[in-house]
Amino acid sequence: MISSAKNMKNGLATALLLAVPLVSSAWEFRGEVALEGRYFTQDSPYPQADYSTNGSGYIKPEVFHEWNNRDDLFTFIPYARVDEHDAERTHWDIRELSWIHVGNGWESRVGIRKVFWGVTEGRHLVDIINQTDQVDQVDGEEKLGQPMINLSTVRDWGIVDVFVLPGFRERTYAGEEGRPRTPLPVSDNAQYESSKENQRVDFAIRYQQYFDNGLELALSHFSGTSRDPLLIPDSLTLAELQALIATGQLPSGSDPEFTPLYNVIDQTGLELQYLNSGWLWKLEAISRSGQGERFNAVDGGFEYTQVGLLDTATDLGWIVEYIWEDRDDSLASPLASDVLLGTRFTFNDVASTEILAGIIYDTEDEEKAISLESSRRFGNSLKVSLEARFYTDTGKPQSASQLYRDALRNVNTNPGLGPISRSDFIQAELVYYF
Amino acid sequence: MNARLLPAALLMALAAPAVLAQTPEEKGLEIAREADSRGEGFGDFQADMKMVLISKSGQTSDRELRVKTLEGTGEEEGDKSLTIFDTPRDVRGTAMLTFSYKTRDDDQWLYLPALRRVKTIASRNKSGPFMGSEFSFEDMRGQEVEKYTYKYLRDEPCGELTCFVVERYPQDEDSGYTRQVSWIDQQEYRTWKVDYYDRKKSLLKTLTASGFSQYQDKFWQPAKMSMVNHQTGKSTDLFWSNYRYDTGLSESDFNKNSLKRAR
Repeated sequence: MISSAKNMKNGLATALLLAVPLVSSAWEFRGEVALEGRYFTQDSPYPQADYSTNGSGYIKPEVFHEWNNRDDLFTFIPYARVDEHDAERTHWDIRELSWIHVGNGWESRVGIRKVFWGVTEGRHLVDIINQTDQVDQVDGEEKLGQPMINLSTVRDWGIVDVFVLPGFRERTYAGEEGRPRTPLPVSDNAQYESSKENQRVDFAIRYQQYFDNGLELALSHFSGTSRDPLLIPDSLTLAELQALIATGQLPSGSDPEFTPLYNVIDQTGLELQYLNSGWLWKLEAISRSGQGERFNAVDGGFEYTQVGLLDTATDLGWIVEYIWEDRDDSLASPLASDVLLGTRFTFNDVASTEILAGIIYDTEDEEKAISLESSRRFGNSLKVSLEARFYTDTGKPQSASQLYRDALRNVNTNPGLGPISRSDFIQAELVYYF
Repeated sequence: MNARLLPAALLMALAAPAVLAQTPEEKGLEIAREADSRGEGFGDFQADMKMVLISKSGQTSDRELRVKTLEGTGEEEGDKSLTIFDTPRDVRGTAMLTFSYKTRDDDQWLYLPALRRVKTIASRNKSGPFMGSEFSFEDMRGQEVEKYTYKYLRDEPCGELTCFVVERYPQDEDSGYTRQVSWIDQQEYRTWKVDYYDRKKSLLKTLTASGFSQYQDKFWQPAKMSMVNHQTGKSTDLFWSNYRYDTGLSESDFNKNSLKRAR
């Protein structure tokens, strides 16, 4: 009797011991939920987006599973956002649904994933695998999940990644009710250069190496459908054209859109980084063909951190970069010859308080995009961030009529920051990690 | 004559290490080398770490992380290590890869999971706090013998043991310290206590280690390390657990690919 009870207890203990690792380490469930409030300090130039406050929120659960002595890893990260005003910003996506298998000196990564390439802060020129979730964050850091088969090999002479990318994701844009938004709404009916449209299989390869003298280098090539489209204004009907010429205005009821055009491109990228005595020198350069004439772009600069400012625990980091591009095209890129100056105060306190200030200055048009970000933690699971974005000395936002008038006169239609001007905002975000 | 000289020479030779040759500096270095050699040959190990940050008023805040270390084998190469952050939750999944070297600055990379980005750590922040704690970055890193000069001070009882009291001076000009005084027991060469003096030469912090256990019949590791800051009244308790040796780690666990899937 006693012995059987003891056996049972032992059996239970064994079962518990077996079950605990299965539940707690092999499968893991976690994630984050967030609430965001924005206040726009100016009136919207677009009547459809005539509001000054906006609420939004997202949820991003994460599921992990490991087996085979951690040589196999499964990841699932869905994402959904709800927005008060912009129906386009209310959207969902599968950020990751992937299986990684680790072999001896190589690994395969199959499924929907996110991959980042690059070293600079100002503009991520080389980064091309994932599509930008533009409607989600204006800074372009948020990305859509990309289906892929990726093989990676690690050798003494470097890491080589080969990507097969079946299936294309279209860039997301703010809708008519969005702030900031494009002067014309962006059509859902994208145009593709490839006859396979969004079913074309793209390829990419990247080689990276680290040298122990502080030099890091990566070379990459992408061949496939461009992630950034050209936005082509719809052709006007004869009646619309006549009205525009006669009155300077499009007739009421005429709602032209931008149609995104996705070309097939070849892009070669270089990433260089050199660390010496606390100075981190960075360079990204690309050369792209397939979107009009071949063009080149460069982002280069440095990062330096002053440690223990004025005998406190605070660090002050500096980022200076110059961004240059020889593409002469409208809407393709609002940055052509720009300077980025960024500073980051890291307080190194219990709450991990940080303040980040950055300005991007267009040396040609003198437009300035200014951002201020600050964040701190409360307790173990809550993070609060405050953010402000201002655009100054920018061109005016164009009405649809003006856009077509300029096009007719063959004026340089590069709007710079015009379309997003008058959408300065202050934002508070609360993220809870579960 | 020869017959009389030989024993005298032998006697000299035997006596030399103890009496003649050793300056306090040499004896300090010898103790440091011995302590270091007793930690050598571990191959690889993994352990869990919990930090409890205690404010002046007694409020606490926790950080949990895991460390994987592969012993360096090369002449210049130090250890390679991977640190994975579990809490606070906003930094969960962040991982840090460190290649340490005997005589020059470490190479360090940080993986930021939200951006899927590996960033090179450029900052020469050594005196700054590690995760807001009273441990600085230089306290947390590998203590290579070559990075200090030494001076033996005295013998002193420490608990039931007798300790060497040894002073050491950082060679790195970015160090936050002018000197450190450590109490190392003569039996197993474990460090029980360290006093840290700041750049103004005043006492800044005291580290005390306790709960030592021996692993692999060789390596002594403390279960708890307490760092008290005398100037701010704040302190940090660091609890080590789940020490595992010979876990089969290899070079392939310490590169940018493994950093990106470190969990």
